[in-house]
Amino acid sequence: MALRLLSKLNVRPELRGVVNLSSAAAPATLSDFDVQHKTPVVRKQHLVPKAHYGGRHAVTMLPGGGIGPECMGYVRDIFKYIGAPVDFEVVDIDPNVDNDEDVQYAITTIKRNGVCLKGNIETKSEAAYVTSRNIALRNSLDLYAYVLHCKSFPGITTRHKDIDIHIIRQNTEGEYAMLEHESVQGVIESMKVVTASNSERVARFAFEFAKRNNRKKVTTVHKANIMKLSDGLFLETSRRLAKEYPDIEHNDMIIDNCCMQLVSKPHQFDVMLMTNLYGSIVSNVVCGILGGAGLHSGRNYGDHYAVFEPGTRNTGTAIAGKNIANPIAMINASVDMLEHLGHHFHADLIKAAVAKTINEDHIMTPDLGGTASSTDVVKAIIDNIDMCIKNKVSFH
Amino acid sequence: MSRNYIKVLLNPFRESKVLGSLLKWLEPGASNSSGVHKGGNDEVPVSRSGAAQYSSGVRKVTLIPGHGIGPEITVAVQKIFEAAKVPIEWDEVDVTAVRGPDGKMGIPQKAIDSVNANKIGLKGPLMTPVGKGYRSLNLALRKEFDLYANVRPCKSMEGIKTLYDNVDVVTIRENTEGEYSGIEHEIVDGVVQSIKLITEEASMRVAEFAFVFAKENKRKKVTAVHKANIMRMSDGLFLRCCRDVATKYPDIKFEERYLDTVCLNMVQDPAKFDVLVMPNLYGDIMSDLCSGLVGGLGLTPSGNIGKNGALFESVHGTAPAIAGKDLANPTALLLSGVMMLRHLNLHNEAEKIQRACFRVLREGRVLTPDLGGNGTCSGFTAEIIKYLDEPEQ
Amino acid sequence: MSLLTRNVCRALMQGTYMTHMGKGVHTTSVNADKNVCYAPHSISTLQSSSTEGRIKCTLIPGDGVGPELVYSVQEVFKAADIPVDFESFFFSEVNPTLSAPLEDVVNSIARNKCCIKGILATPDFSHTGELQTLNMKLRNALDLYANVVHVKSLPNVKSRHRDVDCIIIREQTEGEYSALEHESVPGVVECLKIITAAKSERIAKFAFDYAVKMGRKKVTAVHKANIMKLGDGLFLRSCEEMAKLYPRLQFEKMIVDNCSMQMVSNPNQFDVMVTPNLYGNIVDNLASGLVGGAGVVAGASYSAECAVFEQGARHIFSGAVGKNIANPTAMLLCSANLLAHVNLHPYSRMIKNAINKVLTDGKVRTKDLGGQSTTKDFTNAVIHCLTTS
Repeated sequence: MALRLLSKLNVRPELRGVVNLSSAAAPATLSDFDVQHKTPVVRKQHLVPKAHYGGRHAVTMLPGGGIGPECMGYVRDIFKYIGAPVDFEVVDIDPNVDNDEDVQYAITTIKRNGVCLKGNIETKSEAAYVTSRNIALRNSLDLYAYVLHCKSFPGITTRHKDIDIHIIRQNTEGEYAMLEHESVQGVIESMKVVTASNSERVARFAFEFAKRNNRKKVTTVHKANIMKLSDGLFLETSRRLAKEYPDIEHNDMIIDNCCMQLVSKPHQFDVMLMTNLYGSIVSNVVCGILGGAGLHSGRNYGDHYAVFEPGTRNTGTAIAGKNIANPIAMINASVDMLEHLGHHFHADLIKAAVAKTINEDHIMTPDLGGTASSTDVVKAIIDNIDMCIKNKVSFH
Repeated sequence: MSRNYIKVLLNPFRESKVLGSLLKWLEPGASNSSGVHKGGNDEVPVSRSGAAQYSSGVRKVTLIPGHGIGPEITVAVQKIFEAAKVPIEWDEVDVTAVRGPDGKMGIPQKAIDSVNANKIGLKGPLMTPVGKGYRSLNLALRKEFDLYANVRPCKSMEGIKTLYDNVDVVTIRENTEGEYSGIEHEIVDGVVQSIKLITEEASMRVAEFAFVFAKENKRKKVTAVHKANIMRMSDGLFLRCCRDVATKYPDIKFEERYLDTVCLNMVQDPAKFDVLVMPNLYGDIMSDLCSGLVGGLGLTPSGNIGKNGALFESVHGTAPAIAGKDLANPTALLLSGVMMLRHLNLHNEAEKIQRACFRVLREGRVLTPDLGGNGTCSGFTAEIIKYLDEPEQ
Repeated sequence: MSLLTRNVCRALMQGTYMTHMGKGVHTTSVNADKNVCYAPHSISTLQSSSTEGRIKCTLIPGDGVGPELVYSVQEVFKAADIPVDFESFFFSEVNPTLSAPLEDVVNSIARNKCCIKGILATPDFSHTGELQTLNMKLRNALDLYANVVHVKSLPNVKSRHRDVDCIIIREQTEGEYSALEHESVPGVVECLKIITAAKSERIAKFAFDYAVKMGRKKVTAVHKANIMKLGDGLFLRSCEEMAKLYPRLQFEKMIVDNCSMQMVSNPNQFDVMVTPNLYGNIVDNLASGLVGGAGVVAGASYSAECAVFEQGARHIFSGAVGKNIANPTAMLLCSANLLAHVNLHPYSRMIKNAINKVLTDGKVRTKDLGGQSTTKDFTNAVIHCLTTS
């Protein structure tokens, strides 16, 4: 609640002045990354009005590399077909260039549009000074929370049925702080950064999320038995916040145990909260249990911006252009985006059509054991949209 | 009584020192010391103030050459006037800003005295130095002589190729109040309020001037340009004043048009309009627009009429890039001079010079580079002088 | 003095009003998630009526020749069998007794999210002494802050300039049109022009976003900041700030009087223009005049949620009422834009092609384009081209 209040307050112009003041205290030469990690306050963004006109939203589209462009094509086909009131602003990022002019431009467009649909961006360069573009994007937009909803599709044969887990992951610090150096020859130190403010924000997000979605339990995943200070702080914060939410059960679990539990008894989990690296591991594990990389979609939230992407963050370069990539993940991401923008009608329509295609018609790409090509799946979905409209299927 | 009351209240507004003056005014017995009264002339002035006293003989006219290309085009005008034997004596003054006794940069006292004595002036383009403490010299002159009406006749000229022909429009613009009152303040952070001031007094005198002008120049119609459907009170007042004055001039047709309609019709069919009278901002925009229709600011003359005198000027810039190269186009200043002659009732000379000027433009042999020719300023001038006494074929 | 205070208060209210418009700014945070979002379900209904495949649209015929033009649109829609249902309201300021109440119209537009509107006449005075016109009230009620006029030369329409193609975006809820006026002493009227940072930023953002959406290259801000240093200065500064977010668009500024001169002498230099209220009105009309008049230029007003399509240059042509001579091109273009807005692109293209074909053929011309044909003839010609294409 307090967070909500805070975000509301941010809007007031008189406070905006204060905000500018506080960020002005930081030297202008600091990079985005430095500002985030070397200044104690949460990074403030200059708020601009949303690109929302006449009921239509402008959305940045970053096709990224690998199968990204083709999947985006499918999403646009579907959007066009159902007339979703969204205008895409496509920004292509050249993976072969070392400078990040394109990335900076992409970030600027997200800042002014507020919302982005993205594939995974390739960072080809392996030079140490080139940071991962995905991380750069998340850090400069301050997208501190990542949400992955893992829900079983009944039509896909997997070992575990009826799994319904929300994974919430700290998205901007932790092991992904990208602070590495060679202190003496042959010794590399990599820093893991955990801050109280960011831990609190993401924990608050998790509990609020659980409360709003009528979830029963939040599980904090950590390794505080080894990393007593860093993970300890994260764990402490979530325990402290749990007291403010007496209706929600809270427990914690060590990451290695958690992975074991996930593959053996996944039904015990409801909402899971964890730091960056563990989130990466857990989300890939859960997606694997549920049928692979091509199904689920992830959402990155900051205080002001939201970025939607396929859940497992893989480029899929190997299968690009072969018409076998699974388009479902990207389509689900676009559904998430429509819901975020408030276009529930269109979101529900696509969701129902996707569910019908997989669960009833069993039209699936090879990665799910099917034989259909990507375009077949998309065509089936479009046909099913038609059907849903005609039969006036209620999809609630 | 009420009239004086308005005056006292208004003058400080014009000077845009609202609050200070208001406070001063509140002090007992201070109303006389608000000190912005000029002269004791309280009646609504007519257009020809200052001209009448020189009904015969050689007139003295203040000449402000200005900056940049100003001096050369002034010389051109002087030469032509001399050749046409215009009974005018030039009183040349420099208005380059000097530091006044109060420490502010301003117009030299000599220039002010000269215009005040002569009541009439011709001025080239002025450049206001960039930097703090400099007021725009044009504005200073306007304020100093209370030039309340700006007149700009725009007439298509043969030989000047534009997309519009048969333009013959005179824009008359209220010059002292309206949107340019200069009263602005930021109420809270991010909310600015500017005040557009319309007074009955100023509206009356510009309307009066418009009709007098129309009558003297044998114009048929006066159009009041307004936006009273939106600004019902302020533009409404202006419109009401125009209507009131119009009843006094039954020979001249009067019509009212919305600003947007005028814009639309002007670019479609400029022949629909004759004399336009309007408040400050609209006038600013429309006068430049009409100049655009006939070929730009380099060809349009302009006159400022005030109750203490009249100042005719060319409204184009100082063009420092071509200054001193004998490439400047003196047409605007020359035609402003012609306007001035008309104002002084020297119609014969005015006609003669204007005819010669139009003929040179029409024949197009010695046009300056801005009109697409490769002639020079002096060549252009000589050509006009050549044609001065030649009757047209 | 009390007058001064009152105005300050009113202007302040405008300012604080903006602070409540937090909706216009990103406030997603936690409640960004769909289940957390308490947005009323109606938000999503922009095309939810397309379940039945039909779109509902509010229709305001307006005054003057408005009803004739709107009738022409309805005829074309009927002939092309376009799945749009109109919800018609008689709405007028000059005829207050017959006019539908403002709330009804506002509710209808808010529900349907789109509207097609003829021009409303605004009398110079109001019987009740009100300073706000009905048009302004409608705009304020729906917060239709951005007016977009796309001025484009049409084939075979006689005009002095060729290939004019510019988009003029105008803020239309504040500035000179704030309707804050008072007579301080008899004979002295003060009219307040209010410029706020929030609304200036909003319109600047809109203009840049529109330029991006339409694939334009340049945005020109029109102002008079050399005289109105604070007010127009604020507007200009907001535009400059916003321009920094659009490094791939060219941004330039132009003073309004110079702009109007350039517009009549060299209109091809303009691409997208963003203006405060009054200047926008001037530039709109100028540009419309360049390409053939008020009868051929379509416009639209946008709020965050709704879009109202209306003619670009707002004139009621009261002289042409009932004579069947008004040019319906602008209104038909509006309707085509409306169809594109609600994703009925094929129909939109069909109407646009038909209009182009009729104009190119040049056999049927209304009076303003130098012909003798009637509104009805023109409409029929368009309908004929619909069926043959």
